[in-house]
Amino acid sequence: MKILTCPLNGPRPVSEFFYWGEVRPMPNPNLASDDEWADYVFNRNGAPGVKKEWWCHTPSNTWFIAERDTEKDVVLKTYFHQGEE
Amino acid sequence: MPWRLLRFALNKKHPEPRMFTFHEKLKPSYDVVIIGAGGHGLSAAYYLAKEHGITNVCVLEKGYIGGGNTGRNTTIIRSNYLTPEGVKFYDESVKLWQDLSTDFDLNLFYANRGHFTLAHTDSALRTMRWRAEVNKHYGVNSEVVGPEAVKEAAPMIDLSCAGHAPILGALYHAPGSVARHDAVAWGYGRGADQRGVEIHQQTEVLGIDVQAGKVKGVKTSRGYISTGKVLCAVAGSTPRILKMVDVKTPLYIHPLQAMVSEPIKPWLDPILVSGSLHVYISQSARGELVMGASLDPYELHGTRSTLDFVEGLSTHMLEMFPFLSGVKVMRQWAGMADMTPDFAPIMGKTPVEGFYLDSGWGTWGFKATPVCGKTMAHTLVNDTPHPLITGFSMDRFRNYALTGEKGAASVGH
Repeated sequence: MKILTCPLNGPRPVSEFFYWGEVRPMPNPNLASDDEWADYVFNRNGAPGVKKEWWCHTPSNTWFIAERDTEKDVVLKTYFHQGEE
Repeated sequence: MPWRLLRFALNKKHPEPRMFTFHEKLKPSYDVVIIGAGGHGLSAAYYLAKEHGITNVCVLEKGYIGGGNTGRNTTIIRSNYLTPEGVKFYDESVKLWQDLSTDFDLNLFYANRGHFTLAHTDSALRTMRWRAEVNKHYGVNSEVVGPEAVKEAAPMIDLSCAGHAPILGALYHAPGSVARHDAVAWGYGRGADQRGVEIHQQTEVLGIDVQAGKVKGVKTSRGYISTGKVLCAVAGSTPRILKMVDVKTPLYIHPLQAMVSEPIKPWLDPILVSGSLHVYISQSARGELVMGASLDPYELHGTRSTLDFVEGLSTHMLEMFPFLSGVKVMRQWAGMADMTPDFAPIMGKTPVEGFYLDSGWGTWGFKATPVCGKTMAHTLVNDTPHPLITGFSMDRFRNYALTGEKGAASVGH
């Protein structure tokens, strides 16, 4: 993958982007137990598959979501985050 | 061809002598099943057989022996780490390395070269002093040296690094070495094989049979095996296996790329590393420059190579060694590195009884091959972690007690 499509700026070289990992719901810090919180802080879904990920187009500081197959390195779609996750 | 000779060739009683025994079938059960016939898995099999007398062991490999990260690293061996846990652990490994060729009766091309970690900033130099003091405290030979020592060891270097990253000093680690990585897997594999361990290549693990929190067996592409103990030593494929036993870890996979140049006359004896320029380089016995940089910037479960990597690494190489501008890059490749948040491995027992993990070896696994096998064999036999690996247990995350190994390779810090 060399080109990633930013929802604001269109197709741009991947070197202009910053990867920030999978989109993961945060448990309520006031209600979560220590184990649940540690699970959220450290544990990751490391297995391959189609994942929703945070990416940022750094020159324009545009954060968005990409759905990407992490085994084939193919981006299926990119879009802005909608509402609460 | 004379008929007699052909008959001889076709007769199974007179097989061609091979490095490894070929086993037609899997046995229905083994005492221990090891997933992954890389350096770590074979080393564990070797020490299980040699030091603990456990030989009813099966090593399963999806591809071929040493075809994963064992054959994809840049072969550097050192112990100048930052944390006491790391220093003690890797130092034990370096000591094992030194006798390995004799142990195997196989030439590993183990070459003691000396290892410089270059400092281009005051803060980097401060970290070098810190590392040197920790190392000396544990009896590991490391010292901070000035730029003139770097120039003496590698006269072709541009100490100013094209004027924008002048070398202020370095951490010098005399025991730093290189070895032929394939031979390490072959040596451990042959040693285990001769003692009765079965190595099954082209055999994929499809599932792990866990009943009431205990390992009962392994489903493979060539049938079911029952066993009470499974060791998972599969580097970049670890999350796939963990999914089968439903164990969560912080492991994430990023590719690590490397490349070699065409062979040239020997001119570089030591191993050089620059964290700021993201370069590590050594010259192999064949004259090739073996070069690596840093992790790829995003998760990927594949081993594709990129032009970006070659361009970036070559730029920094030329800043250090401008005379290399006419030298061609011959090959490039990648491996899948299983990274952890604190750059220390995850080793030992897991919440599933009988399922042991040797993982989180990210960009620093090759040098640990002997000590991993030895400590994991001990852990499997006694069902309690070896004293050298207690700092690497997976519980440390739940307890917020991370190890913080910042001496690791190819990571920005």
